[in-house]
Amino acid sequence: MTRLQQLGPTALVWLVLLTMPFWINAIGGYTELASRVVVMALAATALNFLLGYTGTLSFGHAAYFGLGAYGVGMTLKYLVPSTTLGMLIGVVVGTVAAAVIGALIVRLRGVYFAMVTIAFGQVFYFIAFRWNTVTGGDDGLTGWQRQPIDLAGIRLDIQHHDVAFYYLALACFAASVGAMALLLNSPFGRTLQAIRENERRARFLGIAVERHIWLSFVISCAFVSLAGTLYALLNNFTDPRALRWDLSGNFVIMAVLGGMRSFWGPLIGAAVFVVLQDYVSSHTENWMSIVGLIFVLVVLFFPRGVLGLLQRRGPA
Amino acid sequence: MSDADRPAAPGRRNVLRAALAASAANLAPPFILSARGEQPVRIGLANPLTGTYAAVGKNELAGCELAISQINAKGGILGRQVELLSEDSTSGDAGTAVQKSRKLIERDKVDFLLGNVNSALGLAMAQVSNEKGILHIVPGGHTDAITGATCHWNVFRVCNSTQMEANAAAQQLVEKAGRKWYYITPDYAYGHTLQAALEQAAVKVGASKVGADLSPLGTTDFSSYLIKAQAANPDVILFLIQGDDMVNALKQAVQFGLDKRTHLAGAQQELESLEGLPPEARIGAWVFEWYWKQPGVPHVAEFVEAIRKKTGKVPTARTWFGFVSTWSCALAAAAAKSLDAVKMAKALSGMKMPPEVGLVPDQAFYRAEDHQFIASLFVGTAQAGGSDPEDLFNVTRVARGVDVAGRVEDSPCKLVWPS
Amino acid sequence: MLQLVLFNVFNGLIVGAFYALMALGLSLILNLSGVINFAHGGFLALGAYIAYSLMPLVGFWGALLVAPLLTAVLGLAVERVLIRRVYGRDPLYSLLLTFGLAYILEDLARYIWGAQSVPYPIPEALARPLSTQFFFLTGYRLFMVALVALAVAALFFVLGRTRLGMRIRAGTLDLETVSALGVNVRVLRNLNFGLGIYLAGLAGVLAAGMLGLQPTIGTSLIMPSFVAIVVGGLGSLPGTLLGGLLIGVASGLATVFMPSASEAIIYVMMGLVLLVRPRGLLGEEGRLK
Repeated sequence: MTRLQQLGPTALVWLVLLTMPFWINAIGGYTELASRVVVMALAATALNFLLGYTGTLSFGHAAYFGLGAYGVGMTLKYLVPSTTLGMLIGVVVGTVAAAVIGALIVRLRGVYFAMVTIAFGQVFYFIAFRWNTVTGGDDGLTGWQRQPIDLAGIRLDIQHHDVAFYYLALACFAASVGAMALLLNSPFGRTLQAIRENERRARFLGIAVERHIWLSFVISCAFVSLAGTLYALLNNFTDPRALRWDLSGNFVIMAVLGGMRSFWGPLIGAAVFVVLQDYVSSHTENWMSIVGLIFVLVVLFFPRGVLGLLQRRGPA
Repeated sequence: MSDADRPAAPGRRNVLRAALAASAANLAPPFILSARGEQPVRIGLANPLTGTYAAVGKNELAGCELAISQINAKGGILGRQVELLSEDSTSGDAGTAVQKSRKLIERDKVDFLLGNVNSALGLAMAQVSNEKGILHIVPGGHTDAITGATCHWNVFRVCNSTQMEANAAAQQLVEKAGRKWYYITPDYAYGHTLQAALEQAAVKVGASKVGADLSPLGTTDFSSYLIKAQAANPDVILFLIQGDDMVNALKQAVQFGLDKRTHLAGAQQELESLEGLPPEARIGAWVFEWYWKQPGVPHVAEFVEAIRKKTGKVPTARTWFGFVSTWSCALAAAAAKSLDAVKMAKALSGMKMPPEVGLVPDQAFYRAEDHQFIASLFVGTAQAGGSDPEDLFNVTRVARGVDVAGRVEDSPCKLVWPS
Repeated sequence: MLQLVLFNVFNGLIVGAFYALMALGLSLILNLSGVINFAHGGFLALGAYIAYSLMPLVGFWGALLVAPLLTAVLGLAVERVLIRRVYGRDPLYSLLLTFGLAYILEDLARYIWGAQSVPYPIPEALARPLSTQFFFLTGYRLFMVALVALAVAALFFVLGRTRLGMRIRAGTLDLETVSALGVNVRVLRNLNFGLGIYLAGLAGVLAAGMLGLQPTIGTSLIMPSFVAIVVGGLGSLPGTLLGGLLIGVASGLATVFMPSASEAIIYVMMGLVLLVRPRGLLGEEGRLK
């Protein structure tokens, strides 16, 4: 594959993402939809770091997503009206939780690992629900808004301008995705893929499998909690359902839909999932049947996801 | 299978045309004034159409649709036809509710926003409508915060606050049941505030709490709760849970024969829940926020007839919420003679509803200080069926909303109007 | 207090029996075919609704008899057309497939029978408690426990004493060898799936008598089923039964001491089991990966 063929798709993706405000309305979309796609794409890509590249399925990623969301929400509501500080706190809380929980569960594999991540997610959900004096409980955390960011004299008014927020989300996405790509192309990343392919052999080669999986888990959750902070900022709202396993399930679906084995797969999957759901549910109340049917068709006929389909047609 | 549960599909919108028109209109305002005249006024409804709240959400939608057709028959809003844009907010996903609200406001340029059944989603949507400065009416989201701690100048709410329900229910509970009350409360803001309001009202009528339990939303098996409740030997077990939880709990309570040993009652009850119960479980003393059988009250029979023709069933309180919310938009615009949100909100504050919209014996109005709708409450007992198979509630007394609504001074709501 | 606790343990076993019924069907399908059937709740709902539609024609007992069979037939068809294609693949695909199927089933139920809860009456003879003190022992619930016990006994009989059962058990351990021995594995998997769905349909009909019947009736029951399987031990049917009972009791006891945690407690249990003894209480080491 020539350099151009390698970089081509990446360049195309960025071109499309950067010019969004210019074409989104023409196709019947709206800025907030694009922001939502970017946030979900970040979450799905982060999940795929663990799933597609390390071969470990987690159904509890929403817990860290939610911790990020509550972190930024509670900071903005109770502490300081600073978006950047809130995001930082959200990410730190999510990452630390992942580090602690990851250490506990890293011995497990497969379905067991997936189920234990659900268990922890549900415990967080319960805490967010019950500790309602602080978290707002089922009513959610309201009464706060994303604040404009002041960077070196420039004011990014994400509070009043949706397009400004879109670019913030995009910048975070770019940084995260860049970091993840760097990691995946490094020896560390190659080791993860080796573990995915054949864990036993990796172990025989002397690789500290548990430590690598733990690291992968923490990195994955760190970026997912960043996505969570952006999600809360997008909605100016968060509630316990941001912690529930069905949201985790959505991230998994996006990754598989777009193609687990490719880097941009989750982005495509997120775009398809979010836009499809938005579009179809506007036109019929039976959108669940249509979305369900699409999942079924993808599994049966496009198991490698949308990108898998395109890759098969492309150069070998 | 009748078409009863499938109201007309949401209006098909030519997305491209609307988007182009909207963007074109934004690019060249002074020249589009005449074109605006032909553009319909849009009311956006983001309510659950799938999931746990699908049934009540669809009933609210039916009420909205009837109101739209009536408004258009009378000339529309400010001479323009009105269009209802309905979106499925889902029953629990706040992200989707916010997304749909923003879609309706930004892309579809609605002049009004309606929703949500789910209190959390309603609050999330209120933040959006407040940020964008759009008149927002909540038909059936019950949490007190909407017209309480988290009230906004642009947000109005039709259904009752827990204060009103508790006050209306308390007297009947003491008369029909007794003074020892046991609460089974849903574990979320609505449940907590309703229990608190009932405990307050209990003091005034001389009742006391012999126990209380919180149940997670979506609990299917209430047997352990009922065991505990019965062990406390109350005069009445109060079911504050709603919807599917209510159906599960009552069904089980009656199967356990608890209705023969103690009273089963509560504050809020809905026709949708009673319809889901087998006839022997349609019992208890409750408060309805609106009921379809109101002999002697003008215009109600026509409303019932119109909804019957449309959906094949009688209207429920939810249908009425949707109906009132939508009409409120039209009336606000007419009174303000403008579609400016601030002017309309000011006009709606304190506005009295005409009887064809109020559809209750008392004068219905929006309280100016917190934008809470005050109408009438229907106190009575559930029944397996009267002369009409859908007559599942026997109204013994109609309480005036003004009598049971809390004092405005006690409300934590402080409206801040834009300057 | 002691009486309260005892009552709740007793009652919890009854509730647990119901969870066990649903979990057993799920477990059967998981053990033999490695398929995580997220649509199990949808089949439960379908079973309930089919019974609801049949009741005016064949009465309560007829519906109880026929509805699960019809649901099982549907299950056989679904296995033949859809599920069959994801065998041998990463379990993630069966998850996604059945997740999509669950969406379709819920929407179908809503479309055909409406979103409004429908009343499902049970025979009067069953709808009353057997004693004033133990009022939670209604005829219906005891009947349900008896039916679950019967179903479990029948299941273990089929698995232990019939050729089909033997093949299923063998297939659970080593499907390749079973196939090499000349057993028609396709038919085996098909029937196994049908059996699992039969149990789901039966659970649905029983549930309709105790809960409100609306399109999402199955969705809240699916998670406790997974928890029961994990707690009891993946790959072990007695384990699943035990897991179901434990969940029922735990939930009931939680209501005595901290009712708002009655749902969260089962996840805490699952988490503890997975951290301390991942194979589950009765599971075998190295079962499903």
